[in-house]
Amino acid sequence: MFSYLPQTDKDIREMLDVIGVNSIDDLFRDIPAEILQKKELNIAPGLSEYDVYKRMKGLSEKNMQGISFMGCGSYDHIVPSVVGHVLQMPNFYTAYTPYQAEISQGILQSIFEFQTLICELTGMDVSNASLYDDHTAASEAITMAVNARKKADRILVSGTIHPHTRAVIDTFFSDIPVKIEEIATENYLTSLDALKESIDDSVAAVLIQTPNFYGWAEDLTGLADLVHEHKALLIISSNPMSLGVFKSQADWGADIAIGGTQPFGLSTYFGGPSVGYISTGTKLTRKMPGRIVGQTKDVDGKRAFVLTLQAREQHIKRERATSNICSNQALAAMGSGIYLSTIGWKGLQEAASQSFQKAHYLYKRLTEELGLTSQAGNDFFNEFTLLIPNAARVMEDMEAQGIYGGVNLLRFFPDLKDAVTIAVTEKRTKEEMDAYVDLMKRVL
Amino acid sequence: MNIPGDLKYTEGHEWIRVEGKIAFIGITDHAQHELGDIVYVELPEVDTEIDSKEEATNIESVKAAAPVYSPVSGNIVKINEELEDNSELINSDAYGSYIFAVEMSDASELDGLMDAAAYKEFLEKE
Amino acid sequence: MSNKLIFELSSDGRTGYRFPDLDVPAAPLEESVSTSLLRNSKPELPEVSEVDIIRHYTSLAKRNFGVDAGFYPLGSCTMKYNPKINEDVGGFSGFTSIHPLQSEESVQGYLEMLYETIKSLSEITGMKWGTLQPYAGAHGEFTGMKLFKSYFKKKGDKKRTKILVPTSAHGTNPASARISGFQVEEITADERGLVSIENLKEHLSDEVAGIMLTNPNTLGLFEKDIIEIARLVHEAGGLLYYDGANMNAIMGKVRPGDMGFDVIHLNLHKTMSTPHGGGGPGAGPVFVSDRLIDFLPAPDVGKDGDRYYFDYDKPHTMGRVSGFYGNMAVLVRAYTYIITMGSDGLQKASEYAVLNANYLKEKLKTTYHLYYDTVCMHEFVLSAKKMKEEFGISALDIAKGLLDYGVHPPTIYFPLIVPEAMMIEPTETESKETLDSFVDAMLEIYKTAKENPEILHEAPLNTAVRRVDEVLAAKHPILKWKPE
Repeated sequence: MFSYLPQTDKDIREMLDVIGVNSIDDLFRDIPAEILQKKELNIAPGLSEYDVYKRMKGLSEKNMQGISFMGCGSYDHIVPSVVGHVLQMPNFYTAYTPYQAEISQGILQSIFEFQTLICELTGMDVSNASLYDDHTAASEAITMAVNARKKADRILVSGTIHPHTRAVIDTFFSDIPVKIEEIATENYLTSLDALKESIDDSVAAVLIQTPNFYGWAEDLTGLADLVHEHKALLIISSNPMSLGVFKSQADWGADIAIGGTQPFGLSTYFGGPSVGYISTGTKLTRKMPGRIVGQTKDVDGKRAFVLTLQAREQHIKRERATSNICSNQALAAMGSGIYLSTIGWKGLQEAASQSFQKAHYLYKRLTEELGLTSQAGNDFFNEFTLLIPNAARVMEDMEAQGIYGGVNLLRFFPDLKDAVTIAVTEKRTKEEMDAYVDLMKRVL
Repeated sequence: MNIPGDLKYTEGHEWIRVEGKIAFIGITDHAQHELGDIVYVELPEVDTEIDSKEEATNIESVKAAAPVYSPVSGNIVKINEELEDNSELINSDAYGSYIFAVEMSDASELDGLMDAAAYKEFLEKE
Repeated sequence: MSNKLIFELSSDGRTGYRFPDLDVPAAPLEESVSTSLLRNSKPELPEVSEVDIIRHYTSLAKRNFGVDAGFYPLGSCTMKYNPKINEDVGGFSGFTSIHPLQSEESVQGYLEMLYETIKSLSEITGMKWGTLQPYAGAHGEFTGMKLFKSYFKKKGDKKRTKILVPTSAHGTNPASARISGFQVEEITADERGLVSIENLKEHLSDEVAGIMLTNPNTLGLFEKDIIEIARLVHEAGGLLYYDGANMNAIMGKVRPGDMGFDVIHLNLHKTMSTPHGGGGPGAGPVFVSDRLIDFLPAPDVGKDGDRYYFDYDKPHTMGRVSGFYGNMAVLVRAYTYIITMGSDGLQKASEYAVLNANYLKEKLKTTYHLYYDTVCMHEFVLSAKKMKEEFGISALDIAKGLLDYGVHPPTIYFPLIVPEAMMIEPTETESKETLDSFVDAMLEIYKTAKENPEILHEAPLNTAVRRVDEVLAAKHPILKWKPE
């Protein structure tokens, strides 16, 4: 009756005889009678595979798919077919964490390749095997900084980072002696003057996101010098797709680079899984959280890969650990690795610059033809924020026509009720963008 | 088990060699044996103030990590840079491989430490 | 079989993908943005064809072992079969292509699924309600500890800074408590392998925020004093946290809520059959009793008539723990499994998991040393201590020996309270024939250990690589490929 349960009545009888009990219930005799379940769970009985298929198909069809101009941390890029095919290879997705190196070289090598790809993109020396997402990566990066700078306890966080990143950080540090302070913003950009005023030697790290939450690129020229003058660490979070055209974190002088690799080969999937990446300089290697794969040799001298630097990890440090991360997003990280390996640097430049060009095309039409305004200039990647009168209604009207026109920032900030962040990827066509402009003209 | 008579010891298996006002600190032969192949020694920074019983550094083997606490208060005046690339020296010569040295601010803190005989007894009990 | 890195297969000028041509007028980048922003450095990414990609990963897949390849009795990891319908459902575009910030009206299918998932899992665990945000078990533990913090903060109780953890606990438990701002105190096990009530009593005070337990514990034993433990902790003003790693033993048999727990996390990648993915992504949703419901992360999922919605109005929330709502790809698969199995199937799954474990235990205990010889739940722990003393064969040697039999070894050297531990969890999806052939392999290994121990020191012989040098890896870390 249950296709995943192979035990026949005969098997059960024979097994009970070997064990020396009369019934399966006898095996649960250690459970005190007053809490043993007396009736079946109050959920529906099991279904046939085909009934399950229909139920789930029906649910999926209740979700609406449209032409998406939504971003704010999740982007609708083209995913090459090979990505899905490789991720469905059972020896990858049905494996556990690669503890037994001899029979886990596939996963281990793919993680080693992922670490290399992340280092190449960010320009940093070392990367781990991945973290949950870009938001939790920020908490982990701050923890690294606090451990590296033992006596400094202030963290300056730009006001232009993703508000969910900020929320995750606030949760993480709410009960430990680390002070999270916000750097003021000016016209959707980090105020470097405000940063200069608040930084001193009690600061362990400065966290900036570029392109920032609103889409604009922060010009970080000279920032690393300022931060390092006070012995603090500079953490830069970046949408890695932007690194196809914009400076890498290492180019800006960052000490820790973080972000989320969802734009690389992973669908938006209602927000998850993404993959958090974290990479840093050699000096901080052993302060990095999470799994790390290293190259070594087997007894025959053959190249082999293995989980390494495990002495940092929770299962060894237990109550002395500074991170509790055990897993990583291995399969999703593999997806991003396949994506990058498939398209190469030229492909990445192509995807990134097309996203850039198309976003700038739409921005130009919306500002010039519809008179919509922004509060910053042209320095954005594939996402920008415009003020749209009656934004909520306008977005609703566009959605009714099958276009998800952007993210109304009201949901994050009550005082930004008419601000809409619009994202464009290489997947959007000129036709779709022209339809966007025409539709907005009508509903504005 | 090798326990030299001219050193002082802690319950955390650190040894201390005193030269004037300077205390040289390492881990005992017993400690290195328990840890196994030592792969990394995190060296503290020179010229930092440290309190007694404060964590000064970490030693890592493949499957373990052990903190090293400073048995005395003072200023870290020297570190054994040789360990940076040759952490196995602790395995081969635990007492010849100090990790860091502290210029003591209160030499009376030494009074609370064990001598070789007491440490031997402590090990047997443990 | 080539084991080249993808970078070593690269040849200038190849590509594995063609993007559509740019169809909008474009100015050079230098004219469109400040030049100070533009990248000048060139990363070394591979240049390979699509064929290269597929052959490369096919070759890697051959060098990897998953549940689909064979028996995987890795203790505490519940490596059950990952049903294929789950993968099909996970690929529906109505799930994959949805943006997390779409309007509620446009994601009613998702909201319904999330609502029903929380409802079903609350029933299975006997808790009131929950959150699906946490990405993994450890993330769930962290969420649970923050719920404790929020609860005591609201009560104005600032003294409760300690969390009690048994010595047999998963290493993550103390780490999660610590990063959440608690101090950890360990509780010892008694001669039965269960929490020592005496030791627990000594530790309880008005400084204790609570205890983290897994039941059955990591020895595979049911903590039969759980009602007494819950009463003692609650009377002392503390809370109880349930680590759901071992939930596969008890579905439909007993519920953590009925045992007296206040917070629980589940590992959907264990109990609810979603793939482990070589280490993730997983899902570690958290469920709570009545008194902690106000503190759950926002947004919550609600239902009003036929309409489902996100509820952000949670004034006492502990805050957010992830970017959006959790690992949807995992949650979709878990919900598919729940409705496939239903109330009857889930109960059967736990019953057969326990049956399989007890059968293996009985078959092996006369040859291998069983530390606590009693009825076990879904897993049990053997010790190779005697074999080490008699033949010089360690748990590691046995594990490596099993590799040559095409079996994934058990969890070794855990729990820490058993020397040379081997923790075996067969799961319910394995047939009697599979269990019998595992027994045969284990008995042969014992024989080899006795007669030709050097063979096991050499093992494995037939794997893609043989024993690897972990000291070299940790001493001189090479963590990425470098161009020559």
